[in-house]
Amino acid sequence: MITETFEYHAPEDVQAAVAILAEHGPEAKVLAGGHSLVPLMRLRLATPSVIVDLNRIPQLRGITTENGSITIGAMTTHAAIEHSAELKAMLPVLPAAAALIGDPMVRNRGTIGGSLVHADPAGDWPAVALALDAQLQLVGSHGETTVRADDFFVDLLTSAVEPDEILTNITIPIPTGRVGVSYQKFAHPASGYAVTGVAAMVMLDDADACIESRIAITGAGATAVRATESEAMLRGTDLNGGSIDRAAESAVSGIDFLGDIYASEEYREQLVRVYTKRSLLAAFRAATSGHGAEAAKTI
Amino acid sequence: MTYPITMTVNGTDRTDAVEARLLLVDYLRNVLGLTGTHVGCNTSQCGACTVLLNDQAVKACTVFTVQANGGNVLTIEGMATDGKFHPLQQGFWEEHGLQCGFCTPGMILSSYDLLKHNPDPSEVEIRHALEGNLCRCTGYQNIVKAVQYAARNGVLSVPSEESAPTVDAQGENGAAG
Repeated sequence: MITETFEYHAPEDVQAAVAILAEHGPEAKVLAGGHSLVPLMRLRLATPSVIVDLNRIPQLRGITTENGSITIGAMTTHAAIEHSAELKAMLPVLPAAAALIGDPMVRNRGTIGGSLVHADPAGDWPAVALALDAQLQLVGSHGETTVRADDFFVDLLTSAVEPDEILTNITIPIPTGRVGVSYQKFAHPASGYAVTGVAAMVMLDDADACIESRIAITGAGATAVRATESEAMLRGTDLNGGSIDRAAESAVSGIDFLGDIYASEEYREQLVRVYTKRSLLAAFRAATSGHGAEAAKTI
Repeated sequence: MTYPITMTVNGTDRTDAVEARLLLVDYLRNVLGLTGTHVGCNTSQCGACTVLLNDQAVKACTVFTVQANGGNVLTIEGMATDGKFHPLQQGFWEEHGLQCGFCTPGMILSSYDLLKHNPDPSEVEIRHALEGNLCRCTGYQNIVKAVQYAARNGVLSVPSEESAPTVDAQGENGAAG
Protein backbone atom coordinates (compact mmCIF):
# COMPACT_ATOMS: atom_id res chain seq x y z
CA MET A 1 0.00 0.00 0.00
CA ILE A 2 1.18 3.54 -0.61
CA THR A 3 1.29 5.90 2.32
CA GLU A 4 -1.13 8.71 3.09
CA THR A 5 -0.12 12.04 1.59
CA PHE A 6 2.22 14.18 3.68
CA GLU A 7 4.15 17.39 3.57
CA TYR A 8 7.90 16.75 3.29
CA HIS A 9 10.64 18.81 4.90
CA ALA A 10 14.37 18.16 4.71
CA PRO A 11 15.95 20.79 6.96
CA GLU A 12 19.71 21.23 6.93
CA ASP A 13 20.30 21.97 10.59
CA VAL A 14 18.86 20.90 13.94
CA GLN A 15 17.35 24.28 14.78
CA ALA A 16 15.35 24.32 11.55
CA ALA A 17 14.13 20.78 12.21
CA VAL A 18 13.04 21.67 15.75
CA ALA A 19 11.22 24.77 14.47
CA ILE A 20 9.19 22.65 12.03
CA LEU A 21 8.35 20.16 14.77
CA ALA A 22 7.29 22.96 17.13
CA GLU A 23 5.05 24.43 14.43
CA HIS A 24 3.25 21.19 13.58
CA GLY A 25 3.17 19.42 16.96
CA PRO A 26 2.21 15.76 17.08
CA GLU A 27 1.06 15.84 13.43
CA ALA A 28 4.74 15.84 12.44
CA LYS A 29 6.98 12.83 12.54
CA VAL A 30 10.76 12.65 12.32
CA LEU A 31 12.18 10.43 9.57
CA ALA A 32 15.60 8.89 10.22
CA GLY A 33 16.58 5.69 8.40
CA GLY A 34 12.93 4.92 7.72
CA HIS A 35 13.09 1.20 8.29
CA SER A 36 10.49 1.29 11.02
CA LEU A 37 8.51 4.39 10.05
CA VAL A 38 8.12 3.81 6.31
CA PRO A 39 6.69 0.29 6.67
CA LEU A 40 4.31 1.62 9.37
CA MET A 41 3.22 4.41 7.02
CA ARG A 42 2.73 1.94 4.21
CA LEU A 43 0.45 -0.14 6.42
CA ARG A 44 -1.23 3.16 7.40
CA LEU A 45 -0.60 2.37 11.03
CA ALA A 46 1.18 5.73 11.01
CA THR A 47 -0.31 8.63 9.05
CA PRO A 48 1.75 11.72 9.87
CA SER A 49 0.75 14.76 7.84
CA VAL A 50 4.24 16.26 8.07
CA ILE A 51 7.55 14.42 7.68
CA VAL A 52 10.78 15.98 8.91
CA ASP A 53 13.63 14.10 7.24
CA LEU A 54 16.88 14.42 9.23
CA ASN A 55 19.04 12.84 6.52
CA ARG A 56 20.31 16.19 5.26
CA ILE A 57 21.68 17.41 8.59
CA PRO A 58 25.42 16.65 8.52
CA GLN A 59 25.94 17.64 12.17
CA LEU A 60 23.84 14.64 13.25
CA ARG A 61 26.28 12.14 11.73
CA GLY A 62 29.69 11.03 12.88
CA ILE A 63 31.69 9.50 15.70
CA THR A 64 33.98 11.51 17.97
CA THR A 65 36.08 10.60 20.98
CA GLU A 66 36.69 13.12 23.73
CA ASN A 67 37.51 13.05 27.46
CA GLY A 68 37.11 9.31 27.78
CA SER A 69 33.74 9.25 26.05
CA ILE A 70 32.52 8.39 22.60
CA THR A 71 29.84 10.55 21.04
CA ILE A 72 27.83 9.17 18.15
CA GLY A 73 25.57 11.41 16.11
CA ALA A 74 21.99 10.16 16.18
CA MET A 75 21.83 9.85 12.38
CA THR A 76 24.94 7.68 12.19
CA THR A 77 23.95 4.51 10.38
CA HIS A 78 24.35 1.01 11.75
CA ALA A 79 26.73 0.36 8.82
CA ALA A 80 28.92 3.34 9.75
CA ILE A 81 29.15 1.99 13.30
CA GLU A 82 29.78 -1.56 12.05
CA HIS A 83 32.74 -0.42 9.92
CA SER A 84 34.18 2.28 12.21
CA ALA A 85 37.87 1.60 12.85
CA GLU A 86 37.74 4.04 15.78
CA LEU A 87 34.92 2.13 17.48
CA LYS A 88 36.55 -1.24 16.78
CA ALA A 89 39.54 0.02 18.75
CA MET A 90 37.74 1.96 21.50
CA LEU A 91 34.45 0.15 22.14
CA PRO A 92 34.27 -2.96 19.95
CA VAL A 93 30.89 -4.12 21.23
CA LEU A 94 29.27 -1.32 19.21
CA PRO A 95 30.48 -2.45 15.75
CA ALA A 96 29.96 -6.07 16.75
CA ALA A 97 26.36 -5.41 17.81
CA ALA A 98 25.71 -3.23 14.75
CA ALA A 99 26.70 -6.11 12.48
CA LEU A 100 23.88 -8.22 13.99
CA ILE A 101 21.13 -5.77 13.02
CA GLY A 102 18.80 -6.66 10.13
CA ASP A 103 20.73 -7.04 6.91
CA PRO A 104 23.25 -4.91 4.97
CA MET A 105 20.62 -2.74 3.27
CA VAL A 106 18.86 -2.08 6.57
CA ARG A 107 22.20 -1.19 8.13
CA ASN A 108 23.02 1.18 5.26
CA ARG A 109 19.94 3.30 6.00
CA GLY A 110 18.95 2.57 9.60
CA THR A 111 20.40 4.79 12.32
CA ILE A 112 21.28 4.31 15.97
CA GLY A 113 19.21 7.34 16.95
CA GLY A 114 16.18 6.19 15.01
CA SER A 115 16.37 2.80 16.64
CA LEU A 116 16.63 4.27 20.15
CA VAL A 117 13.81 6.79 19.74
CA HIS A 118 11.52 4.24 18.08
CA ALA A 119 12.03 2.13 21.25
CA ASP A 120 10.97 -1.08 19.58
CA PRO A 121 10.63 -3.71 22.32
CA ALA A 122 12.80 -6.02 20.19
CA GLY A 123 15.39 -3.44 19.12
CA ASP A 124 19.08 -4.13 19.69
CA TRP A 125 20.45 -0.67 20.54
CA PRO A 126 18.22 -0.10 23.59
CA ALA A 127 19.87 -3.03 25.41
CA VAL A 128 23.37 -1.97 24.36
CA ALA A 129 22.72 1.65 25.40
CA LEU A 130 21.48 0.53 28.83
CA ALA A 131 24.45 -1.78 29.43
CA LEU A 132 26.91 0.97 28.49
CA ASP A 133 25.18 3.68 30.58
CA ALA A 134 24.68 5.88 27.51
CA GLN A 135 23.62 9.52 27.82
CA LEU A 136 21.16 10.76 25.22
CA GLN A 137 21.18 14.42 24.21
CA LEU A 138 17.87 15.91 23.15
CA VAL A 139 17.28 19.27 21.53
CA GLY A 140 13.82 20.83 21.50
CA SER A 141 12.21 24.21 21.17
CA HIS A 142 12.86 24.78 24.90
CA GLY A 143 16.55 23.96 24.71
CA GLU A 144 18.80 21.00 25.36
CA THR A 145 18.49 18.18 27.87
CA THR A 146 20.39 14.99 28.56
CA VAL A 147 18.62 11.79 29.51
CA ARG A 148 20.29 8.65 30.82
CA ALA A 149 19.48 5.45 28.97
CA ASP A 150 17.98 4.20 32.26
CA ASP A 151 15.28 6.91 32.00
CA PHE A 152 14.86 6.89 28.21
CA PHE A 153 12.67 3.89 27.46
CA VAL A 154 9.26 4.78 28.81
CA ASP A 155 6.89 2.19 27.39
CA LEU A 156 6.15 0.11 24.29
CA LEU A 157 7.42 2.15 21.31
CA THR A 158 7.66 5.19 23.58
CA SER A 159 10.85 6.99 24.51
CA ALA A 160 11.43 10.10 26.57
CA VAL A 161 11.66 12.23 23.42
CA GLU A 162 8.83 14.79 23.22
CA PRO A 163 7.11 15.51 19.88
CA ASP A 164 9.05 18.77 19.48
CA GLU A 165 12.41 17.23 20.39
CA ILE A 166 15.14 15.51 18.41
CA LEU A 167 17.74 13.09 19.71
CA THR A 168 21.04 14.57 18.52
CA ASN A 169 23.84 12.58 20.13
CA ILE A 170 24.52 9.43 22.09
CA THR A 171 27.45 9.71 24.48
CA ILE A 172 28.98 6.58 25.98
CA PRO A 173 31.73 6.54 28.60
CA ILE A 174 34.59 4.30 27.43
CA PRO A 175 34.95 1.64 30.13
CA THR A 176 38.46 1.35 31.51
CA GLY A 177 40.21 -1.41 33.45
CA ARG A 178 39.41 -5.10 33.17
CA VAL A 179 36.12 -4.64 31.40
CA GLY A 180 34.28 -6.92 29.00
CA VAL A 181 31.10 -6.17 27.11
CA SER A 182 28.91 -8.56 25.20
CA TYR A 183 25.69 -8.55 23.25
CA GLN A 184 24.08 -11.91 22.51
CA LYS A 185 20.77 -12.31 20.77
CA PHE A 186 18.35 -14.91 19.61
CA ALA A 187 17.28 -13.39 16.30
CA HIS A 188 13.96 -13.78 14.55
CA PRO A 189 14.90 -15.68 11.38
CA ALA A 190 12.92 -13.41 9.05
CA SER A 191 13.15 -9.93 10.50
CA GLY A 192 16.43 -10.22 12.37
CA TYR A 193 14.88 -8.52 15.39
CA ALA A 194 15.84 -9.80 18.82
CA VAL A 195 13.34 -12.38 20.03
CA THR A 196 15.51 -11.90 23.09
CA GLY A 197 18.81 -10.08 23.34
CA VAL A 198 21.02 -9.50 26.35
CA ALA A 199 23.80 -6.94 26.63
CA ALA A 200 26.20 -7.37 29.54
CA MET A 201 29.12 -5.37 30.87
CA VAL A 202 31.36 -6.71 33.64
CA MET A 203 34.21 -4.92 35.38
CA LEU A 204 36.65 -7.15 37.24
CA ASP A 205 39.36 -6.68 39.82
CA ASP A 206 42.68 -8.52 39.49
CA ALA A 207 41.24 -11.60 41.21
CA ASP A 208 38.32 -11.88 38.72
CA ALA A 209 35.84 -10.58 41.26
CA CYS A 210 33.08 -8.43 39.85
CA ILE A 211 33.42 -4.77 40.80
CA GLU A 212 30.41 -3.71 38.76
CA SER A 213 28.14 -5.12 36.11
CA ARG A 214 25.30 -3.93 33.94
CA ILE A 215 22.86 -6.36 32.35
CA ALA A 216 20.21 -5.16 29.89
CA ILE A 217 17.52 -7.24 28.26
CA THR A 218 15.57 -6.52 25.09
CA GLY A 219 12.78 -8.48 23.41
CA ALA A 220 11.26 -9.69 26.67
CA GLY A 221 8.74 -7.05 27.74
CA ALA A 222 7.39 -3.71 26.56
CA THR A 223 10.77 -1.98 26.84
CA ALA A 224 14.39 -2.92 27.25
CA VAL A 225 15.18 -3.17 30.95
CA ARG A 226 18.13 -3.66 33.27
CA ALA A 227 18.33 -6.76 35.43
CA THR A 228 19.32 -4.86 38.55
CA GLU A 229 18.71 -7.78 40.90
CA SER A 230 21.15 -9.93 38.91
CA GLU A 231 23.68 -7.10 38.81
CA ALA A 232 23.53 -6.86 42.62
CA MET A 233 24.02 -10.62 42.94
CA LEU A 234 27.24 -10.46 40.93
CA ARG A 235 28.82 -7.59 42.83
CA GLY A 236 31.88 -8.73 44.78
CA THR A 237 31.64 -12.35 43.65
CA ASP A 238 34.33 -14.33 41.84
CA LEU A 239 32.88 -14.84 38.36
CA ASN A 240 34.72 -18.15 38.03
CA GLY A 241 32.30 -19.51 40.64
CA GLY A 242 28.58 -20.12 40.25
CA SER A 243 27.41 -16.52 40.56
CA ILE A 244 26.81 -16.09 36.81
CA ASP A 245 24.44 -19.09 36.84
CA ARG A 246 22.51 -17.68 39.78
CA ALA A 247 22.38 -14.17 38.29
CA ALA A 248 21.07 -15.58 34.99
CA GLU A 249 18.27 -17.41 36.81
CA SER A 250 17.23 -14.14 38.49
CA ALA A 251 17.32 -12.05 35.32
CA VAL A 252 13.63 -12.74 34.65
CA SER A 253 12.57 -11.14 37.92
CA GLY A 254 10.45 -8.03 37.52
CA ILE A 255 9.92 -8.42 33.77
CA ASP A 256 6.34 -8.35 32.52
CA PHE A 257 6.86 -10.72 29.60
CA LEU A 258 5.14 -10.28 26.24
CA GLY A 259 4.36 -13.31 24.11
CA ASP A 260 3.54 -13.44 20.44
CA ILE A 261 2.90 -15.98 17.70
CA TYR A 262 6.62 -16.67 17.42
CA ALA A 263 7.64 -16.95 21.06
CA SER A 264 5.39 -17.39 24.11
CA GLU A 265 5.96 -15.62 27.41
CA GLU A 266 7.33 -18.84 28.93
CA TYR A 267 9.71 -19.37 26.03
CA ARG A 268 10.99 -15.80 26.29
CA GLU A 269 11.56 -16.31 30.03
CA GLN A 270 13.74 -19.28 29.25
CA LEU A 271 15.56 -17.33 26.51
CA VAL A 272 16.30 -14.55 28.99
CA ARG A 273 17.89 -17.02 31.40
CA VAL A 274 19.95 -18.68 28.67
CA TYR A 275 21.05 -15.49 26.93
CA THR A 276 21.85 -13.67 30.18
CA LYS A 277 24.18 -16.51 31.07
CA ARG A 278 25.75 -16.56 27.60
CA SER A 279 26.18 -12.81 27.56
CA LEU A 280 27.73 -12.68 31.05
CA LEU A 281 30.09 -15.53 30.20
CA ALA A 282 31.07 -13.82 26.96
CA ALA A 283 31.62 -10.49 28.74
CA PHE A 284 33.69 -12.28 31.39
CA ARG A 285 35.76 -13.98 28.67
CA ALA A 286 36.25 -10.66 26.95
CA ALA A 287 37.36 -9.00 30.19
CA THR A 288 39.85 -11.72 31.10
CA SER A 289 41.22 -12.13 27.56
CA GLY A 290 41.64 -8.40 27.08
CA HIS A 291 39.62 -8.43 23.86
CA GLY A 292 37.02 -6.12 25.35
CA ALA A 293 33.90 -7.32 23.56
CA GLU A 294 31.99 -10.15 22.01
CA ALA A 295 28.73 -10.27 20.13
CA ALA A 296 26.89 -13.09 18.48
CA LYS A 297 23.45 -14.09 17.34
CA THR A 298 21.63 -17.35 17.06
CA ILE A 299 18.76 -17.87 14.64
CA MET B 1 1.64 18.84 -3.84
CA THR B 2 4.75 17.86 -5.76
CA TYR B 3 8.41 18.38 -5.06
CA PRO B 4 11.08 19.04 -7.71
CA ILE B 5 13.83 16.44 -7.87
CA THR B 6 16.94 15.81 -9.91
CA MET B 7 18.93 12.61 -9.79
CA THR B 8 21.27 10.57 -11.91
CA VAL B 9 19.94 7.13 -12.75
CA ASN B 10 22.33 4.73 -14.48
CA GLY B 11 24.38 7.71 -15.65
CA THR B 12 21.43 9.67 -17.06
CA ASP B 13 20.31 12.90 -15.42
CA ARG B 14 16.61 12.97 -14.55
CA THR B 15 14.49 15.94 -13.53
CA ASP B 16 10.94 15.48 -12.30
CA ALA B 17 8.30 16.68 -9.90
CA VAL B 18 7.00 13.96 -7.59
CA GLU B 19 4.64 13.51 -4.69
CA ALA B 20 6.45 13.14 -1.38
CA ARG B 21 4.93 9.70 -0.87
CA LEU B 22 6.21 8.28 -4.16
CA LEU B 23 8.63 5.52 -3.24
CA LEU B 24 11.92 5.29 -5.08
CA VAL B 25 11.04 1.84 -6.42
CA ASP B 26 7.78 3.17 -7.89
CA TYR B 27 9.58 6.14 -9.42
CA LEU B 28 12.09 3.83 -11.08
CA ARG B 29 9.47 1.38 -12.33
CA ASN B 30 6.43 3.49 -13.09
CA VAL B 31 7.91 6.85 -14.03
CA LEU B 32 11.20 5.86 -15.62
CA GLY B 33 10.06 2.45 -16.88
CA LEU B 34 13.04 0.69 -15.30
CA THR B 35 11.13 -2.44 -14.37
CA GLY B 36 14.22 -4.53 -13.67
CA THR B 37 13.95 -3.40 -10.04
CA HIS B 38 11.28 -5.65 -8.62
CA VAL B 39 8.72 -5.23 -5.86
CA GLY B 40 8.53 -8.32 -3.70
CA CYS B 41 7.36 -8.08 -0.10
CA ASN B 42 6.77 -4.33 0.06
CA THR B 43 7.80 -4.44 3.71
CA SER B 44 11.57 -4.05 3.51
CA GLN B 45 12.37 -7.71 4.05
CA CYS B 46 12.89 -9.51 0.73
CA GLY B 47 15.49 -7.32 -1.01
CA ALA B 48 14.01 -7.70 -4.52
CA CYS B 49 13.91 -3.90 -4.85
CA THR B 50 17.58 -3.38 -3.96
CA VAL B 51 19.34 -0.60 -5.88
CA LEU B 52 22.48 1.39 -5.22
CA LEU B 53 21.81 4.90 -3.90
CA ASN B 54 24.94 7.02 -3.60
CA ASP B 55 27.04 3.86 -3.75
CA GLN B 56 25.17 1.97 -1.04
CA ALA B 57 22.74 -0.89 -1.49
CA VAL B 58 19.30 0.19 -0.26
CA LYS B 59 15.79 -1.20 -0.40
CA ALA B 60 14.04 1.12 -2.83
CA CYS B 61 10.63 0.26 -1.29
CA THR B 62 11.72 1.97 1.93
CA VAL B 63 13.12 5.20 0.51
CA PHE B 64 10.95 8.07 -0.69
CA THR B 65 11.97 9.46 -4.09
CA VAL B 66 12.37 12.94 -2.57
CA GLN B 67 15.01 11.49 -0.25
CA ALA B 68 17.10 10.52 -3.28
CA ASN B 69 16.98 14.09 -4.59
CA GLY B 70 20.44 15.05 -5.85
CA GLY B 71 21.58 11.46 -5.61
CA ASN B 72 23.06 8.84 -7.87
CA VAL B 73 21.11 5.64 -8.47
CA LEU B 74 22.30 2.42 -10.08
CA THR B 75 19.78 -0.24 -11.07
CA ILE B 76 20.19 -3.58 -12.80
CA GLU B 77 19.66 -1.83 -16.13
CA GLY B 78 22.90 0.07 -15.53
CA MET B 79 25.08 -2.96 -14.85
CA ALA B 80 25.93 -4.01 -18.40
CA THR B 81 28.36 -1.82 -20.32
CA ASP B 82 28.76 -1.64 -24.09
CA GLY B 83 26.29 -4.45 -24.56
CA LYS B 84 28.19 -6.86 -22.35
CA PHE B 85 27.14 -8.42 -19.08
CA HIS B 86 28.75 -7.22 -15.91
CA PRO B 87 30.83 -10.03 -14.32
CA LEU B 88 28.10 -10.48 -11.72
CA GLN B 89 25.46 -10.96 -14.40
CA GLN B 90 27.86 -13.28 -16.18
CA GLY B 91 28.35 -15.18 -12.93
CA PHE B 92 24.62 -15.72 -12.44
CA TRP B 93 24.47 -16.93 -16.06
CA GLU B 94 27.46 -19.28 -15.85
CA GLU B 95 26.69 -20.72 -12.42
CA HIS B 96 22.91 -21.03 -12.87
CA GLY B 97 22.41 -18.55 -10.03
CA LEU B 98 18.73 -18.06 -10.86
CA GLN B 99 15.62 -19.96 -11.70
CA CYS B 100 12.59 -17.66 -11.91
CA GLY B 101 14.85 -14.60 -11.76
CA PHE B 102 12.60 -12.45 -9.60
CA CYS B 103 15.19 -11.93 -6.86
CA THR B 104 18.15 -11.70 -9.25
CA PRO B 105 18.38 -7.91 -9.78
CA GLY B 106 18.39 -7.36 -6.02
CA MET B 107 20.90 -10.17 -5.51
CA ILE B 108 23.20 -8.63 -8.10
CA LEU B 109 23.05 -5.12 -6.66
CA SER B 110 23.64 -6.38 -3.10
CA SER B 111 26.55 -8.50 -4.33
CA TYR B 112 27.95 -5.49 -6.17
CA ASP B 113 27.91 -3.50 -2.91
CA LEU B 114 29.72 -6.39 -1.19
CA LEU B 115 32.41 -6.83 -3.84
CA LYS B 116 33.18 -3.12 -3.98
CA HIS B 117 34.23 -3.23 -0.33
CA ASN B 118 35.46 -6.80 -0.24
CA PRO B 119 36.67 -8.02 -3.66
CA ASP B 120 37.60 -11.50 -2.39
CA PRO B 121 34.90 -12.54 0.09
CA SER B 122 34.71 -15.91 1.79
CA GLU B 123 31.59 -18.02 1.38
CA VAL B 124 30.49 -17.00 4.87
CA GLU B 125 30.95 -13.33 4.03
CA ILE B 126 28.91 -13.73 0.83
CA ARG B 127 26.08 -15.42 2.71
CA HIS B 128 26.18 -12.75 5.43
CA ALA B 129 26.09 -9.99 2.78
CA LEU B 130 23.06 -11.54 1.08
CA GLU B 131 21.02 -11.94 4.28
CA GLY B 132 18.66 -9.23 3.11
CA ASN B 133 17.85 -10.91 -0.21
CA LEU B 134 15.41 -13.78 -0.27
CA CYS B 135 15.28 -16.39 -3.04
CA ARG B 136 12.45 -18.90 -3.24
CA CYS B 137 13.97 -21.10 -5.98
CA THR B 138 17.65 -21.76 -5.83
CA GLY B 139 18.51 -22.68 -2.27
CA TYR B 140 21.23 -20.00 -2.56
CA GLN B 141 24.02 -22.46 -3.40
CA ASN B 142 24.44 -21.29 -6.98
CA ILE B 143 23.94 -17.68 -6.04
CA VAL B 144 27.00 -17.95 -3.80
CA LYS B 145 28.88 -19.57 -6.69
CA ALA B 146 27.80 -16.74 -8.99
CA VAL B 147 29.24 -14.15 -6.63
CA GLN B 148 32.44 -16.19 -6.33
CA TYR B 149 32.60 -16.29 -10.13
CA ALA B 150 32.32 -12.51 -10.28
CA ALA B 151 34.99 -12.13 -7.60
CA ARG B 152 37.34 -14.35 -9.63
CA ASN B 153 36.58 -12.51 -12.83
CA GLY B 154 37.12 -8.97 -11.71
CA VAL B 155 33.91 -7.34 -10.60
CA LEU B 156 34.88 -3.90 -11.81
CA SER B 157 36.16 -4.95 -15.23
CA VAL B 158 34.31 -5.80 -18.42
CA PRO B 159 34.22 -9.54 -19.23
CA SER B 160 36.00 -10.88 -22.30
CA GLU B 161 34.08 -10.66 -25.56
CA GLU B 162 33.96 -14.36 -26.45
CA SER B 163 32.34 -15.44 -23.17
CA ALA B 164 29.84 -12.60 -22.89
CA PRO B 165 26.34 -12.92 -24.34
CA THR B 166 25.25 -9.57 -25.72
CA VAL B 167 22.35 -7.62 -24.32
CA ASP B 168 20.36 -4.86 -25.94
CA ALA B 169 21.01 -1.22 -25.19
CA GLN B 170 18.31 -1.06 -22.50
CA GLY B 171 19.84 -4.01 -20.71
CA GLU B 172 16.43 -5.67 -20.56
CA ASN B 173 17.76 -9.18 -21.09
CA GLY B 174 20.33 -8.73 -18.40
CA ALA B 175 17.68 -7.33 -16.14
CA ALA B 176 15.32 -10.24 -16.39
CA GLY B 177 18.17 -12.71 -15.92
